[in-house]
Amino acid sequence: MSALLAADLPYWVQSLLRVLGGVVAVLLPAGAIVYLFLFKMMSFMQSRLGPMEAGPYGSMQLFAEVGKWLQKEDITPERADRVIFKIAPLVVLASTFLLVAVVPFGPDAWFTNFEAGVFYMLAVSSVSVLGILIAGWSSANKYSLLGGLRAAGQLIAYELPMVLAVIGVIIQAGTMNLQGIVLAQNTGEIFGWNGLGNPYILTQFTGFIIFMIAVQAELTQTPFDMPIAESELVSGYMTEYSGFRFLTFFIAEFATAGVFSFIASVLFLGGWGVPFAWFGWTDIDSVDNWMNVVGPLIMFGKMMLLSFVIMWVRFSYPRFREDQLQRFAWKVLVPISLVNIMVTAILKVAL
Amino acid sequence: MTSTESLIDRKQLAYIASQAADARLNVELETEGMTLNIGPQHPATHGTLRIIAHLDGEQVVWAEPSCGYMHRGYEKLTEVRTYPQVTSLVNRIDWLGSFANEVPFILAAEKLMGVEAPPRAQWIRTILFELSRIANVSLFLGDLGVQLGAVTPVFMAFRDREHVLNLIEAATGGRFHPNFDRIGGLKDDLPEGFIDETRAVMKKLRNFCTEMEDLLFGNEIFQSRTRGIGVIPKDIAMQYGLSGANLRACGVDWDLRRDQSLPMAWDKVDWKVWTHPDGDSFARCWIRLQEVRESTLIVDQLLKSIPSGPVMAKVPRIIKVPEGEAWVSTENPLGEMGYYVVSKGDLGPFRTKIRSASFNNISIVPWVLKGVYVPDIITILASLYFILGDIDR
Repeated sequence: MSALLAADLPYWVQSLLRVLGGVVAVLLPAGAIVYLFLFKMMSFMQSRLGPMEAGPYGSMQLFAEVGKWLQKEDITPERADRVIFKIAPLVVLASTFLLVAVVPFGPDAWFTNFEAGVFYMLAVSSVSVLGILIAGWSSANKYSLLGGLRAAGQLIAYELPMVLAVIGVIIQAGTMNLQGIVLAQNTGEIFGWNGLGNPYILTQFTGFIIFMIAVQAELTQTPFDMPIAESELVSGYMTEYSGFRFLTFFIAEFATAGVFSFIASVLFLGGWGVPFAWFGWTDIDSVDNWMNVVGPLIMFGKMMLLSFVIMWVRFSYPRFREDQLQRFAWKVLVPISLVNIMVTAILKVAL
Repeated sequence: MTSTESLIDRKQLAYIASQAADARLNVELETEGMTLNIGPQHPATHGTLRIIAHLDGEQVVWAEPSCGYMHRGYEKLTEVRTYPQVTSLVNRIDWLGSFANEVPFILAAEKLMGVEAPPRAQWIRTILFELSRIANVSLFLGDLGVQLGAVTPVFMAFRDREHVLNLIEAATGGRFHPNFDRIGGLKDDLPEGFIDETRAVMKKLRNFCTEMEDLLFGNEIFQSRTRGIGVIPKDIAMQYGLSGANLRACGVDWDLRRDQSLPMAWDKVDWKVWTHPDGDSFARCWIRLQEVRESTLIVDQLLKSIPSGPVMAKVPRIIKVPEGEAWVSTENPLGEMGYYVVSKGDLGPFRTKIRSASFNNISIVPWVLKGVYVPDIITILASLYFILGDIDR
C-alpha cells in the first residue's frame, strides 16, 4: 500500500482522509457538472446566458441554489409513509458514495482496492433503484408511484446491458479489479505498438457505446427520463420532495453522473493512467509517485469529457416511451452486447 | 368499406378484446384501475385543463377533458360592451395569436353595416393575421419539444417568436393584445421601416423552421413517439368538428382562407394548403411546421404588393350596427374561429356566439385517448394543440 497514505498515518487518520476524499470525489464532479453543464452549457446551447448575477458569470449560483433549498420547508405529505419517505433520498445518495469507493484515482490513490471491483460496482449501482422505488411508493402520490415503478422497470432493464457490456472489458483485461483494468489498458499494446497503451474504447467500442447508453438510462437522463418526465408526471418520484430532501436527490443525480463517468473512464479510457511506455514504467510498482497527484486530475478531465457527452445528449433529445425503452433494451442492446461478448471471447482465445 | 373504416374497426376490436382480457384478469387478481387527474394544475395542460383519465396500469381505459376552470364569460360580456370595445375582450381568447381573434368579429360587424375596409387595410390585416399565426404556431413547435422531453427547441422558438412580437408591437403598440382592428379599417398605418424589418424576420422564421426540422422532426425518437400515435381517421375528425391543422392532418383539404371569399388579401397571393394523409400526431405537427413556412411566404408576397391609400373607410363616429345577424369565420392559428353576431341596432351586440377552434378540437380527446399509454396522452394533447383561453373563453 501506498507511500502517500499509509506510511506514518494511524488508521483513524487514514479513514478520515478516505471519507474526506470520497466526499470530494462525489461532490466536486456534481458541482462541476451542475454549474458548467447544467447551468452554462445548456444555456449556451439554448441561445441564452444562464445565471449571470451570483458571482462572476454566475459561478456562485450553485451556492445560492443550495442556500435556497436549505431554507425551504421540509414537507412530508400527510398520508406518506414518513420514515421511508425520509430515508429514500439518503438511500439514493448512499449508493453514489458506495460506487465511488472502488474507483482508483492513482497508483496508490484509491479508497479500497477490491479484487471483484467491477462486480461490486454493478451490484451497488442498483441500490439507487431501491431508493427511487421507495421514494415513489412512500409519497402516496399517483404521479410518484408511476414514476417510481417506471424507474424500477427501467433500471432493471438497463442493468443487464451494462453488465454485459462490462463483461467484454473483463474478458479482455482478465481481471475484475478496477486497478487491474487500468494497468491492463496502459501497459497494453496495439499490434505491438505501445505508444497509446490499449484503451478499451478502441477494442471494445461496441461495449463502450452500450455502456454509455445504459449509464444514460441508469441516471434517468433524457432520452430515458421517463421516471421524472416533468411534462407527464410532474416530477415523477421526486414530486413530493422539497427543501433539503429534494437537494439530496438533485445532488445524487449529478454526483452519480460524475461517478459513472469515472467508472466509464476507468473501464474504457484508461482511467488515471497515461500509457506506461511514455515514462518507461512496466508495472504498478514502478509508477512514479507524482501520478498520485496527476492521476486524479486526469480522471477529472476524462470524467468531464464523458459527463459532457451525457449532458449533451440530455439537452438534445426528446424522451422515449417506456415500452419503447424496454424494447430497445431487450431487443437491441442485450443481443448486441451478447454478440460483443462472444466476439471478444473468441478473439481473446484465438489471438 | 374504405380503409379508414377498417382501421377503426380493427382499433375498436383490438380495444374490446384487450378490455375483455383485462376484465378477466381483474376478476382473477382483483386489480382495480386508478383514476388519474391530469390537471387542472399540471405542466402538460398549459393552463387549467383537467383530464380525468381512468388508468389500467399505464394504459388509459377512458379519459375525459373537463374544462371551464378559466371561463371568463366573453360571450356574455360582449352584450354590455360597444362594438369597438369588444376587440379588447376577444384579444384574450387565443392569447398567442391575439390579432387573429379580432378579425372575424370585425368582419362580422362590417358585414352587418355593409362597410368594407379599404384595400391597404385589408392587406395590413392579412399581414398581421399571418404574423399572429406565426407567433402562435412557432411557440407550438417549441412547446412540442418540451412536452416530449426535449428542452432546447422551446428556447429557439421563444428567440425567434420575439422578432415577430416586436413586429406586432411596432405596428400595433401591443405585443400580446394588439386591439388594433377597427370597424371599417385599422387604427393606424404601418410604421416606417416595417416592411424591410418584416422581410428580414420572415427569413429568420424560415431558418427557424429548418432548424426545427433538423432538431426535432428528423429525430428518430421524436418520430417513434409521434408516428402512428393518436391516429384520427378522416370521417371521425369531421364528425367531431375538428378544424385547422388537425383536420388537414387527416387528409381533408379544407382551409377557410382559400375556400371563403372574405375582404382579406389571401386570394391575392400564391400559397399552398398542406395536407397529410396519416392523421397521427406527427402529421399534425408537420402540417403546422409547413404552415409557418407558408405564412412567411404569404407575408413576403403581401409586402411586395401592398397598395397605397387610406387605412380607414368612412364610418360614423358612433358606431351603431343595423339590425340583423351575421356569421363570419376565419382560419385562425388553431382552426376555424367564428363569430355569430346578433344585432338589434344598438351600440353593442345583442348576442354573440363565439365558435373557438380549441373547444371543438379537444372534443375528440375521449375518443382518441382510449387505449393509449400515459406518455402518449401528453403527445396527443400537445399535437392537438389547444390554448386554454380558446377552450374556456
